[in-house]
Amino acid sequence: MTDTTTQTNETGARRHGISLHVLGPLLALIVLIVLGASLNSNFLSYGNVTNVLARSAFIGIIAVGMTFVITAGGIDLSVGSMAAFIAGVMIMAMNAMIPTLGIGVPLVLAGMAVALVTGLAAGLLNGFLIAKVGIEAFIVTLGSMGIYRSLTTWLADGGTLSLNYDARSFYRPVYYDGILGVAWPIIVFALVAILGELAMRKTPFGRHCAALGANEQVAKYSAVKVDRVRMATYVLLGMLVGVATIMYVPRLGSASGSTGVLWELEAIAAVIIGGTVLKGGYGRVWGTVVGVLILSLIDNILNLASIVSPYLNGAIQGVIVILAVVLQREGKPAE
Amino acid sequence: MKRRDIFKGAVLGLALVGAGPALAQDTKVIGVAIPSATHGFMGGLNYHAQAAIERLEATYPQLDFVLATAGDAGKMVNDIEDMVATRNISALVVLPFESEPLTAPVQAVKDAGIWVTVVDRGLSVPNIEDLYVAGDNTGFGRVAGEYFAENLKSGDNVVVLRGIPTTLDNERVDAFTAAIEGTGINVLDMQHGNWNRDDAFNVMQDFLSKYDDIDAVWAADDDMAVGVLEAIDQAGRNDEMWVVGGAGMKEIIKRMMDGDPMLPVNVTYPPAQIATAIELTALGQVSPTPVSGRFIIGSQRITPENAEQYYFPDSPF
Repeated sequence: MTDTTTQTNETGARRHGISLHVLGPLLALIVLIVLGASLNSNFLSYGNVTNVLARSAFIGIIAVGMTFVITAGGIDLSVGSMAAFIAGVMIMAMNAMIPTLGIGVPLVLAGMAVALVTGLAAGLLNGFLIAKVGIEAFIVTLGSMGIYRSLTTWLADGGTLSLNYDARSFYRPVYYDGILGVAWPIIVFALVAILGELAMRKTPFGRHCAALGANEQVAKYSAVKVDRVRMATYVLLGMLVGVATIMYVPRLGSASGSTGVLWELEAIAAVIIGGTVLKGGYGRVWGTVVGVLILSLIDNILNLASIVSPYLNGAIQGVIVILAVVLQREGKPAE
Repeated sequence: MKRRDIFKGAVLGLALVGAGPALAQDTKVIGVAIPSATHGFMGGLNYHAQAAIERLEATYPQLDFVLATAGDAGKMVNDIEDMVATRNISALVVLPFESEPLTAPVQAVKDAGIWVTVVDRGLSVPNIEDLYVAGDNTGFGRVAGEYFAENLKSGDNVVVLRGIPTTLDNERVDAFTAAIEGTGINVLDMQHGNWNRDDAFNVMQDFLSKYDDIDAVWAADDDMAVGVLEAIDQAGRNDEMWVVGGAGMKEIIKRMMDGDPMLPVNVTYPPAQIATAIELTALGQVSPTPVSGRFIIGSQRITPENAEQYYFPDSPF
């Protein structure tokens, strides 16, 4: 029921035109862009914009999946270490397949398949334990966070897993090249975001996620297959972590125990900055995209400007994250 | 292979725990407590610790070792307490996870009459340990800085990537700054890359957007150097600058051996220092050889000519 009320508020707000609730994150993003442009003339250069968007892609693709999980009232803390684990498995699989497949398109496609299947399996495992066995999402994913992290360290024998040099050179363009000057990670991120937005707004799956997050009992009585929807959100997220890893591996061609550290918190922060409700029931994929861009722009601007001591970078990030959320809460009627 | 050995080690460890008290009269037990292998350098340190223990157990049948790795300071304290309580250790080799929280527990070990060797990170109270073995952080920054001073002209521009904000990082950066002082070299910017490839990649991308003229990069760590090199490659500015990393990671040393013009030198900060500490401690336990005091392992300059002697293909780092 809460679900329907929020929806009404949302449509109501939109009818009135401007609402801070909706525009908050967008305003914060615009302020950051103006700030960046005024601090450094290279900020809006093609190179810098490409850099920022491409490096946002990993967290961004994951955060789109996280939007569904959080909308359905769940949480997934394991995505950062899952990304490291998938990257490790993918690198080891590709290295092992070089003798049979040779270096070329089949090898890269096989590597991508391994990443997607590993992601799917990891998501399925999380989803099964949460939806079918009925353990708290926080605990399940806290556990799998530790498991994937140490499995990665173990696979790498405490060091770093590196992709074979020639295979890496062949695979490298997947991160660095693109079509018409738009890098592949940006294209993939955009596609994932558009499909995610459509799925959230236009499909029964999106509505079921919101219904489930708003009130599980009501959703159940409304013939929503609660378990299946919940499981599907984790599987979707797992697969998107796989997609993110496919874009990540060609960048540095390596994975170690320190890959993807704290990605889960960045993804969750991006989702919340974007206006999705942490306790579930309402999700906004385009907001998540804005949230991701805000987070990477903060880093970028701090590096480009170097006006404050680098020791304070974390504090400034924290302040901006909280401000962005305060800004959007202002227009929201008290509940 | 190696992973299978880890299992073997675990089984052996369990067997030793069972056999421990019975053997205690005849053999001396040395406890080794180190942080777990969460990143490249610690991975190398773990590798060298295990290798040294294997070597020493083969050489000295009267010595037993118990190795514990900890993911945080609290776990390390528990490990040390367990070693004292259940394994009756006669010497402890410890790389404190953090100085402050480990100082009192290690002091207690010392007060129980057990030999204490501290590695790399000092305790916050001086003179607890019998032996202190460490890399030379000041030297690490100075040796790199000297290369910059010798090979750059006045007015040349440098960017610096720093590690995780710690005293260790400060010592290195201060020594580097002191070494290039008065040479007229401009340090354009210093930002934290947190000894992490991805962070260093992002920071270097931003440096490259921000500055049109960079002559050299002090990446201060080989993991960061990997990210930095990739960012420079992406920007297509390979001919413009060279990069100095540090700590001698095998992939970087290999590239130096192959004569990569972007990697003229490297500076050692050997993870094998744990082996030095364990070997010296063992020597003190089995013989009257005096081993107390301070043993600082100098930071050396690695060049393409001598790179081969710093190349350990089997180490994970």
